[in-house]
Amino acid sequence: MTQDVAIIGIGLHPFGRHDTLTGRAQGAIALRAALKDAGIGWDRIGIAYGGSHDAGNADALCNDLGLTGLPFVNVANGCATGGSALASAVAAIRSGSAEFAVAVGFDKHPRGAFNPHPRDWGLPDWYGETGLMLTTQFFALKTRRYMHDHGITEDALVRVAQRAFRNGALNPQAWRRREMSYGEIAESMPVNLPLRQYMFCNPAEGGAAVVLCPAEVAKRYHAKPIIVKAAVVRTRHHGSFEVFSPALAAQQAPAPTVTASRAAFEQAGVAPRDIDVLQLQDTDSGSEVIHMAENGFCEHGEQERLLRDGETEIGGRLPINTDGGCLANGEPIGASGLRQVIEICTQLRQEAGARQVPGNPRLGYTHVYGAPGVSGVTILQR
Amino acid sequence: MPHPVLARPDLIRFEGDTPHLVGSRCDECGEVYFPATDSCTRCTATRMSPHDLGHRGTLWSWTIQGFLPKAPYNGGETAETFQPYGVGYVELGSGIKVESRLTVADEAKLQIGMPLELTLIPYRRTDDGEVHTFAFRPAASA
Repeated sequence: MTQDVAIIGIGLHPFGRHDTLTGRAQGAIALRAALKDAGIGWDRIGIAYGGSHDAGNADALCNDLGLTGLPFVNVANGCATGGSALASAVAAIRSGSAEFAVAVGFDKHPRGAFNPHPRDWGLPDWYGETGLMLTTQFFALKTRRYMHDHGITEDALVRVAQRAFRNGALNPQAWRRREMSYGEIAESMPVNLPLRQYMFCNPAEGGAAVVLCPAEVAKRYHAKPIIVKAAVVRTRHHGSFEVFSPALAAQQAPAPTVTASRAAFEQAGVAPRDIDVLQLQDTDSGSEVIHMAENGFCEHGEQERLLRDGETEIGGRLPINTDGGCLANGEPIGASGLRQVIEICTQLRQEAGARQVPGNPRLGYTHVYGAPGVSGVTILQR
Repeated sequence: MPHPVLARPDLIRFEGDTPHLVGSRCDECGEVYFPATDSCTRCTATRMSPHDLGHRGTLWSWTIQGFLPKAPYNGGETAETFQPYGVGYVELGSGIKVESRLTVADEAKLQIGMPLELTLIPYRRTDDGEVHTFAFRPAASA
């Protein structure tokens, strides 16, 4: 029988802009907070997985925490870095190679949109030089086609952003804490139509860390351990519509989100209708709309009604991004996926304060998606 | 007529003055790629041949680039001189959808399914003159 793994410590350095702190310093703060939450010292950690995209090697954290000689694996998996670190830490404990493991991420990005270099992604220089290699373009192009195919209108894009900022306003750790009116979002500056300024998240800074151990001993360290029922990472198949694609195949294939989600539900032995609170990657409003269906939480085209009827609100049947998601927290790539996990743990522990989902939630779900077509999904249980 | 200077000449071949996109086709399974590739991500074969993708298609999805991209974009505009440009995926005869600039950047004039044809547009200026890249424009009504 597979060993169950539990999260016994969570730590977050709030996302946003922190001019006086390096990315690594924010990671160290998050990691110390997670260790304190678990009530164990860094010297007991048997293996660590960590990543940052723009703020240096994650294993430099050992210079802050202590040079204990532990194996520390740097993870570089784009937006799925946190999800990949967590999946690796879970696997390490399941295999018995460590009793305590850490997954940690941090980042610090320059202002403005990301500027990826084609060669880093196996693409020719002209693709970037001629102005075609922008993540915002991809999100807009995928959203536009999705709206066309499934009868979604701009109303859904506005409502996703509005809810994110509404939830962010309830979250003391969020970066964007101001509610925005429907009109303010709908009339904001066109960035890549159909997506506008307030429908996009911003690159940001922050740190996030979790401490894990075998579930059977978890109660010794935390009164409310959270069981990791599934932690899955999948990459794209030929024919799926991915970021950084100079062309798309004639025959379309399901996104890596679909395959990661199905595998996670199978591993956990539960179904989408069993999930009480969830996090979906919302780099932009359109992505969240698409991810609702790609993760199996509704049919394609059903999203607009669910959003309009309030089903995705904190008090609704399907509470999405209760901490404000990427839209209200920004996206420090290395830390973002672990922020999602931490928010679900906080909800399942019933410690989410003003944004707490009612009704004693038992099962939570997280999903990240990133370049060049990788998705990470976790299913967590109280 | 001399052909315009291109950012990447190997993406284009000319039939008379009409530019065509050039990609590759898998010798094993027939899957079509743009730009040309050395291997097939569909069937994993490594024998590929050059393939003419033609010059006509229909608009499959579109957006308007509303802000000046950072490097490695080298169009040379400043935030003050930048003009938004159209970007789309254009579905060609084989079914492949190629990402391309569009000559139209007016949301009222872009519609999924509209017929388009390939053209070449200047996108940057160097000391030696204009550099062109490929773009799709509304098809001339034939």
